[in-house]
Amino acid sequence: MIKIANLVKRFGDATVLDGIDLDIAQGEIIVVIGPSGTGKSTLLRCLNFLERPDAGHLVIGDLSVDVTRASRADILAARRRTAFVFQNYALFANKTALENIAEGLIVVNRWPKARAHARAREILERIGLADKADAYPASLSGGQQQRVGIGRAMAAQAEVILFDEPTSSLDPEWVEEVLGLMKQLARERQTMLVVTHEMGFARDVADRVVFMEGGRIVEQGPPSQLFNAPRDPRTRDFLRKILAGQPA
Amino acid sequence: MRVLDFDYMLGLVPVLLRYLPLTLQMAAAGMALALILSCGLAVIRVLKIPGLNAATLLFISFFRGTPLLVQLFLFYYGLPQLLAFLTQINGITATIMGLTLHFSAYMAESIRAAIVGVDRSQTEAALSIGMTNGQLMRRIVLPQATRVAVPTLMNYFIDMIKATSLAFTLGVTELMGATQKEAAGSFLYFEAFITVAILYWIIVELLAWFQRWLELRLNRAYRR
Ligand SMILES: Nc1ncnc2c1ncn2[C@@H]1O[C@H](COP(=O)(O)OP(=O)(O)OP(=O)(O)O)[C@@H](O)[C@H]1O
Ligand SMILES: [Mg+2]
Repeated sequence: MIKIANLVKRFGDATVLDGIDLDIAQGEIIVVIGPSGTGKSTLLRCLNFLERPDAGHLVIGDLSVDVTRASRADILAARRRTAFVFQNYALFANKTALENIAEGLIVVNRWPKARAHARAREILERIGLADKADAYPASLSGGQQQRVGIGRAMAAQAEVILFDEPTSSLDPEWVEEVLGLMKQLARERQTMLVVTHEMGFARDVADRVVFMEGGRIVEQGPPSQLFNAPRDPRTRDFLRKILAGQPA
Repeated sequence: MRVLDFDYMLGLVPVLLRYLPLTLQMAAAGMALALILSCGLAVIRVLKIPGLNAATLLFISFFRGTPLLVQLFLFYYGLPQLLAFLTQINGITATIMGLTLHFSAYMAESIRAAIVGVDRSQTEAALSIGMTNGQLMRRIVLPQATRVAVPTLMNYFIDMIKATSLAFTLGVTELMGATQKEAAGSFLYFEAFITVAILYWIIVELLAWFQRWLELRLNRAYRR
């Protein structure tokens, strides 16, 4: 259960998030779409405190925090309750696939190494990379790296996994395997907040699609409604461009 | 021109080798301490810790901006006049201290560059799973920075071994000091100093060989 209330983020004079309100139920899959520079990444990064929001209130599981008063402990708590999948994978280059997944369990959750490695092996099994346990990121394909990135997020057992354009850096040949893994997680009702330009994924998998523009949520609804009968002219405009294959 | 006295040179080698351990010990102690200090300084610089950052910049500027020999004299002859409890700082201690401070100023900058060179997104990934700054440094950043910094740090170690020869100006009888004494006794200055030069050269070449081996090992994880 996530509650985002009146979240504001400014970079200098620019207000990048202009009062975002969003509730996410347990097991819900939300896809965020919108033009470039609209604050989608910033929204995810604020939930994870990779950016410090300027105002707002966050509830993430049993954590409830006024962001302007968030202590170091609150920030760590928020990070433990959210997991992040990065556009460029951001795997630890000095660790194997197995170690990348086990790292958080060992360091953050203070699990004994053997137990963390056993769990990491289970996850490697689920992401279809059991045979790559001892491979370093440099020797994996983009698709494999991103699946490890997702595996690392799965290991955290977070309230929500935040995906920031997880397939945008991939060569086309690897996109499907990553989307496939995300669909698998969706079937397992892993709570997910996904920023993506993959409209097919949004249509098939999302419970709710959120359209953002200019730091605000313009419109949201189930994919059937948002894609087939968008109410706001800005949503219609964006979808028309995106579906025509133009950059939005 | 006279012929080199090879017998003298060969006889000198075992005499000088007795002083090699002291030379290596001073360099090893200086390097170990400089590594610790320079890592600390580099982390202060990277995290821009208020106050400490400015002090670190001053420290680095001073120890890079003045000759090592001046620093050694400052510690050996100068400090005891300033601080009563140091009435007699011994030459070996002063040398190790000088090498540590001087080289850590240079090493801090190399380590800082190596740390800053680690892909920023890995830092964010580590933070995103809830690691603290310390954990992220120890487990992700420093191991990768090490790999980048090791070749440069090995070069500093080699420089440091050569720089221990300055200790003889503080009355320490290490490799160079011993050579100086032997030469003064035999008057065969050229033979004595070419012998010690060759000894330093061999040590440095051995280290260069070790350096290449170490680099190969450290790079294992990153090869495709
Ligand atoms: N660290 C930063 N400092 C200053 N401005 C920033 C910073 N990060 C983002 N911005 C600005 O904030 C705005 C929103 O950026 P954000 O990355 O959240 O957009 P986005 O919706 O994810 O776009 P895209 O689809 O291109 O990824 C942009 O105008 C961007 O230039
Ligand atoms: Mg973005």
